[in-house]
Amino acid sequence: MPELNLTSAPAHLRHGSSIGQPLTRRDGVLKVKGQATYAADNHPPGMLFAVMAVSSIAHGRVTSLDVAAAKRHPGVVDVMTPDHKPQLAIDPEIKTNPFVFRMEVLQSNEVRYANQPIAVVIAETLEAATEGALLLAPRYEVLPALVGLDAGESFVPPVVGVGNPAENTHGDVEAGLASADKKIEVTYETPPQYHNAMEPHAIVAAWDGDRLQIDMPTQGLMLSLARVAELFGIAPDKIHIRSPFLGGGFGSKGLMAGPPVLGIMAAKLVGKPVKLVLRREQMYGPVGHRAPTRQRLRIGTDAEGRLTALDHHARTVSSTFDDFYEPAADASHTLYVAPAIRTSHDAVRVNTGTPLFMRAPGEATGSIALESAIDEMAWACGMDPLAFRLKNYAEVEPITGKPFSSKALRACYDQGAARFGWAKRPLQPRQMRDDDGLLVGWGVGTATFPALMFQAEARAAIRRDGTGAMEIGAHDMGQGAWTALAQIAADAVGLDIDRVTFKAGTSDLPDAGIAGGSAHTATAGAAIHSAGAAVIAKLADLATNDERSPLFGAGNAGVIARDGKLIRRDDESRSESYTEILARAGVAEVEARGTGAPNPAAMEEYAMHAHGAVFAEVKVDPELGQIRVSRMVGAFAAGRIVNPHLVKSQLFGGMIWGMSFALHEEAITDRRSGRIMNANLGEYHIPVNADVPPLDVITVEEHDPHVNALGIKGVGEIGITGSAGAVANAVWHATGVRVRRFPIRIEELLAQR
Amino acid sequence: MKQFDYVRPATVAEAVAAAAQPGAVYLAAGTNLLDLMKGNISRPDLLVDVTHLDGLDGIERLADGSLRIGALVSNADLAHDAEFAKAYPAVAEALLSGASAQLRNAATVGGNLLQRTRCAYFYDTASRCNKREPGSGCDARDGENRTHAVLGWSESCIATHPSDFCVPLVALDAIVEIEGKNGRREIALDELHRLPGNTPERESALEPGDLIVAVRLPPAARGFAPHARYLKVRERTSYAFAIVSAAAALRVENGKIAEARLALGGVAAKPWRARAAEEVLSGSAPTADAFQEAASCALADAKPSGDNSYKIELARRIVVRALTLAAAGTPARIPALPASPFASTSGAMHA
Repeated sequence: MPELNLTSAPAHLRHGSSIGQPLTRRDGVLKVKGQATYAADNHPPGMLFAVMAVSSIAHGRVTSLDVAAAKRHPGVVDVMTPDHKPQLAIDPEIKTNPFVFRMEVLQSNEVRYANQPIAVVIAETLEAATEGALLLAPRYEVLPALVGLDAGESFVPPVVGVGNPAENTHGDVEAGLASADKKIEVTYETPPQYHNAMEPHAIVAAWDGDRLQIDMPTQGLMLSLARVAELFGIAPDKIHIRSPFLGGGFGSKGLMAGPPVLGIMAAKLVGKPVKLVLRREQMYGPVGHRAPTRQRLRIGTDAEGRLTALDHHARTVSSTFDDFYEPAADASHTLYVAPAIRTSHDAVRVNTGTPLFMRAPGEATGSIALESAIDEMAWACGMDPLAFRLKNYAEVEPITGKPFSSKALRACYDQGAARFGWAKRPLQPRQMRDDDGLLVGWGVGTATFPALMFQAEARAAIRRDGTGAMEIGAHDMGQGAWTALAQIAADAVGLDIDRVTFKAGTSDLPDAGIAGGSAHTATAGAAIHSAGAAVIAKLADLATNDERSPLFGAGNAGVIARDGKLIRRDDESRSESYTEILARAGVAEVEARGTGAPNPAAMEEYAMHAHGAVFAEVKVDPELGQIRVSRMVGAFAAGRIVNPHLVKSQLFGGMIWGMSFALHEEAITDRRSGRIMNANLGEYHIPVNADVPPLDVITVEEHDPHVNALGIKGVGEIGITGSAGAVANAVWHATGVRVRRFPIRIEELLAQR
Repeated sequence: MKQFDYVRPATVAEAVAAAAQPGAVYLAAGTNLLDLMKGNISRPDLLVDVTHLDGLDGIERLADGSLRIGALVSNADLAHDAEFAKAYPAVAEALLSGASAQLRNAATVGGNLLQRTRCAYFYDTASRCNKREPGSGCDARDGENRTHAVLGWSESCIATHPSDFCVPLVALDAIVEIEGKNGRREIALDELHRLPGNTPERESALEPGDLIVAVRLPPAARGFAPHARYLKVRERTSYAFAIVSAAAALRVENGKIAEARLALGGVAAKPWRARAAEEVLSGSAPTADAFQEAASCALADAKPSGDNSYKIELARRIVVRALTLAAAGTPARIPALPASPFASTSGAMHA
């Protein structure tokens, strides 16, 4: 891969603070010109192609594989099976930490879900490997497949999401419901969904003795490194992972999955570099998905429309062999105040690949049900849905009673409603038509996502030539980390962005934590900020302790770094450039490290969330039931906005995904075989350009002194929440038909007209 | 992939001879065939690439007023031919409502006619499918089948033909010109596709080696231009197959329907011409009542093949709407969202 050079684009030359500037992606030109090297673009000399054979049954055993037939095919080099494979250093079934998920790497003949890898064919060409995989013609002993939310006995999982209790209670829900003036009980269903990143999971693995070079898209370089190291029994410093660009991840590339491990094993088996790229349909199984849910909400209100109780129960599924539980009901923890709130989960086990984090796990599924049910409750109270939400506005976090570190949701409601024109909305549904006779409806949904922080480290340097460097193993999934983090880096070392060499995307750099939980900019940004402060402090030491410097005696606290100079805080006429300081000191560069981490004291004291309000307009053909979103406005408060341009893109993407959740996305599973019948982008519908209406994003000013030093809350996931509910509520408002199964289908709107 | 031979014949006669061999298939744009090959649904031994044959890519008006469309004309070129769109607006609208711009640029007229069903069980080689593997059974019958056929299906097969283009073509009595081992012949498009019966694997009237060389619209087809529409209900605005679609074309004289043409898409293994409904409309005034009656008549024999009874009611409503739109008159320009119920929505950009 050519060295990335992102430091010299003249369009980015500017002065003053980089944070807050709407820079375009610094890697944009590379991508547009096809010069950005994604994992599968690598072709080391002698590379072979590996193709997975996957199971067509969801449950049972592989009883035979025609390895001889595959090997006879011209170009096939070897066939990796449970009987013929390199040994791993540890059993892949052992969960060595909570972020390790079980994977299928040919450890047995057992089949636990459809599309599970059952063999790998390695060949000189992709075509030969593909045909070799077909020629294996597996035979199976088939056992009945467990499919769907009623597949078996339900149980209460020990935890949901990442360590959340399955059940949470505040106050007496039954008493709250019993005393309610009005109450509703409604059940919503959401389908299984798949990440479907544009770039499939891919790996190019090359062994050189006991050293291992990996090109692989990952949202978690260090977690992947640690997992590969333990699986293959080699020291982490023998492994080098490059992941400069991801063609989307959405959670599916966060943790090491089975297929890339198979690529590494294949390379070891044949002693040559191997490329393994998943076919689109092979992504519907071994690399995670969003589990289906069935959510029952019971809500009560008093005569004034104040909540008396909110009971949110979610049924979900996990695989038969591992545990991940979509924490859907937890969406009810933070948004609406009620004297009694209960959230609970149960689950059944089905023959599926283990569900996993998928953009706003829990919040997305929970939000569409909660926001729909809140709308139903508002309607039962005869109240405008926005007025109802404001009436039940939470001034402190309802489930814990903690104050919010910051919460500009009221401003989001106000600014969004004003931009949208919400005040003109008729209370009754099915009241508005456009000039063509199409039904028009308006809906609102509240967006919420926690402001999380993980652990990260960064290394900063300032060089004698007046340039700087910032190194952190951060991940650009397309969200713009190359740009936003470089902006933070520039400010951190007091240099223009184009005078800072920013390095990211490889495993030999300091650990940036995982790009997930909407926390990457906050976490990596905090580490960069702190590394920058540390290196400036070292530089300041050199200057302020040197009597030849105009800054002599100023003391660390008295110096600020700007435009490549240290400036005395109380007397800006006294300054000295980095170059002068380092030249006189006779050092080539100063270097320092910094870390980013959550602040436990602040977390103990405050509830930390980003918020937003999304308004949607839909049009529905009154006879034919086809739905089209015609307008969306989203107002979001997410703390400091590092790059308004990229943030807007993130929020657009989230809002489109929310629309997709309400109207399009569903993996259709054959209830007998457990196979997914639409595992391709032709039939697994997501919105196409023609579905996406004009979108309007407002970023609401919010200063949060508690979440982290930079006040960043993150915007990666919040856009999908609120949006899905807003669209669903708009469909109801247009038609008067409340559909409680997503995506909303034409037939459900045809039943009533 | 399976290894296969590839030939690029210089003449139609050479092509026919090559394709008549067992295991041979024609390759035009490949927008369907290549997917089928990659998915191991089709495993041909020989691809006969017809894209370099001369003389199959023209659109010509014949002396008798017919229009002859070469089989290799791309869907996009045909839809954007101004003369064509003016004379056969419902066909152009149907073409532009299909697939995506990229696919329409590649896909050919002949290939569109011969595209395979989109039944998921046909594509899933682990499922039983009488069309893919005769006699194996039909897993769609008791499977996930909310989009499957409601007309003309059998216990052997409930798949639908997915073409948009064919629906107005069959309504307008299009004729298919075929070059075969025994020379040139022609059949009505309505006779090209077969209903499944007990032999769903036999999808068309074509014999081995038969090559569609042209589609012809007879002189009378032009007479419907002022009142012709295509309407397609689908689950997203573009790049989705029809749940149900309809082509409606009327010849209106003195305020009455002198002649009506009506066909449905997405409901059967072939584009479904609704002749009895046409009869109902013939001679009547273009009123809502008449359209309702025609719709009932068109769906009189419909029955659900699974979880899809809504398609029957939806089809009735689409027929009424398509007839209503046709009676109102063909718009001067093809809408930005062709064939969409939202076609008239202002501000829409081209799908």
